[in-house]
Amino acid sequence: MSAPLVELRDISIAFGGIKAVDHVTVDLYPGEVVGLLGHNGAGKSTLIKCLSGAYQADAGEIFINGEKVEIKNPRDARALNIETIYQTLALADNLDAASNLFLGRELVTAAGFVNDAAMESETRKIMGRLNPNFRKFKDPVKALSGGQRQSVAIARAVYFNAKILIMDEPTAALGPHETQMVAELIQELKAQGLGIFLIEHDIHNVMKLCDRASVMKNGRLVGTVNVDEVTDEDILGMIILGKSPEPAQSERTQ
Amino acid sequence: MTDTAPPQTDTGKRSLFQTLEIDSRLLGMIGAFVVLALAFNFVTDGRFLTPRNIFNLSIQTVSVAIMATGMVFVIVMRHIDLSVGALLAFTSATMGVMQVSVLPQTLGLGIGNPLIAPIAIATGLAVGTLVGAFNGWLIGYQRIPAFIVTLGGLLIWRNFGWYESSGQTLGPLDATVLQFGGIDGTLGETMSWVIGALAAAGAVWALWRARANKVLHDFTVKPVWAEVALASIIITAIMGFVWLLNSYQMPAARLRRVFAARGEIMPEGFSAGYGLPISVLVLIVVAVVMTVVARRTRLGRYIFAAGGNPDAAELSGINTRLLTVKVFALMGFLCALSAVVAQARQTYHTNDIGTLDELRVIAAAVIGGTALAGGIGTIYGAILGAVIMQSLQSGMAMVGVDAPFQNIVVGMVLVLAVWIDIQYRKRMGEKI
Repeated sequence: MSAPLVELRDISIAFGGIKAVDHVTVDLYPGEVVGLLGHNGAGKSTLIKCLSGAYQADAGEIFINGEKVEIKNPRDARALNIETIYQTLALADNLDAASNLFLGRELVTAAGFVNDAAMESETRKIMGRLNPNFRKFKDPVKALSGGQRQSVAIARAVYFNAKILIMDEPTAALGPHETQMVAELIQELKAQGLGIFLIEHDIHNVMKLCDRASVMKNGRLVGTVNVDEVTDEDILGMIILGKSPEPAQSERTQ
Repeated sequence: MTDTAPPQTDTGKRSLFQTLEIDSRLLGMIGAFVVLALAFNFVTDGRFLTPRNIFNLSIQTVSVAIMATGMVFVIVMRHIDLSVGALLAFTSATMGVMQVSVLPQTLGLGIGNPLIAPIAIATGLAVGTLVGAFNGWLIGYQRIPAFIVTLGGLLIWRNFGWYESSGQTLGPLDATVLQFGGIDGTLGETMSWVIGALAAAGAVWALWRARANKVLHDFTVKPVWAEVALASIIITAIMGFVWLLNSYQMPAARLRRVFAARGEIMPEGFSAGYGLPISVLVLIVVAVVMTVVARRTRLGRYIFAAGGNPDAAELSGINTRLLTVKVFALMGFLCALSAVVAQARQTYHTNDIGTLDELRVIAAAVIGGTALAGGIGTIYGAILGAVIMQSLQSGMAMVGVDAPFQNIVVGMVLVLAVWIDIQYRKRMGEKI
């Protein structure tokens, strides 16, 4: 098998003596969705923030397409086509959708001024694809519903041709219709060959959306399984008891 | 996901002001200012709205207004700067020493050398920018709260200035520097009309550019009559202001001195208006530049993003620490620029120059709608805030209100303005 799209190898981070992530290795292939599961505080978000550039690992290495990379900050991650949709959405509430979508990567005019009209035009285009009901282009995003805000966050990740997408509980604040919308989008992006890390609490969503699932507990990796070879109960057992099912079922892990 | 895409325009009734796309908050402030001015004018039997008083109000507002534009950025980023008055004093002392002793004596340029003003002002601006950047570094990189850093600065910088000037009043200042003070540095009638016409042309051009850019991207634009109406209002306001300042006539004695200096005799019946003060022109340039920075540059966008959600800005790859340094450096630069105006207006440097300016500047920004919670604020609002505060104070002085009562009123207006702003935002929030 060719090199994975992403490999986080032997990552460790400690905060003031507490090992938030303890020698964890996970990987991700193109066109694949890998679920990251575990209790609150299991270390999923911390681990993934090493990839998105929000944190730097104390130890361990990151490989993209087999090449070792250094990700020191969110700019480095973006340069490697890694986009993140954060649990907290990471939107500036006082700015409109277009300003948020292009934040840090504004379109500018020849004279170097930000080109709001061009950015709004692009935002209308991508929103027309992702969420055709969206039309609050002039309002600050604090005036938007949870689903509308989520579509802004997703549009931001999708617009810039992400190769690697990190989604931190993308449906946590959404209603059933919007959750369905996100699920469809994940399928679509997967079909386009993106690799997606999905942090998710809802086992039902994991079974439906993910190809593999890596389970963490207390900062350690319990194991990685192919979702269609296990049951809901197997995964729940991993999350709650920290116990791997029979090793035969996880041959794709290293 | 199968719904048909709705049209991009909002339908339904639109009020006149919505069609004109004028900010209702701006209208409210202008309305409050007009009521205030008319009330003072009534109480003072028409002395408030004379060209002379409007001229004086303008030059009294400049120093605080310049700093208030910088304070908008500082407060938008959820910081505060309590050291602006002290920094004004420090930079003023620096420029005073340069003009009075260092340049003419130590460096031997001699009094009245044309290089003195540019070198002294450049030094002051550099010192202000550096001190501001240092404040920003302590806040952004060392994570000391801005309140503490600048509270310390409030005590530190003025007294640095004290040692610099050995506690003395510095003067006489360079003649070119004095031009920034107001009454001794005006453009005259013709030049004022030219500047006014250029400003009006610039405003119309900006309106036209904005419209053309919208058309380019197939957005709906205002009806043409609305654009024309807006342009007319702007042109009338600019030209009206120039006309008022030109109507303030120089006293005959002063004119005779001007002619005498040129070795001529003043013709009978000759008169000349003061026109636009250079200090007001400086403020206008600062206002335009700061507005462009706020709305049309990445720097401005990042300042507002960082104020709205610092984490989001950081995760979007914005270096918020460096941004903090830039914002405080800009604040320091504007303090130094204010110092030029302030020292020229009082024609010498004193140790108490700019005392309590930090409070006036913060009050102007806040009355102008800058939210201390961050993320919200406008440059024009802060300037209007400064104008309203100055009008209140001068108006009350003209009416003969006791100084302590003046402070009580200004304090109450500050709190009231913020309360009205909160109610206004609630209203807007409910509508959405």
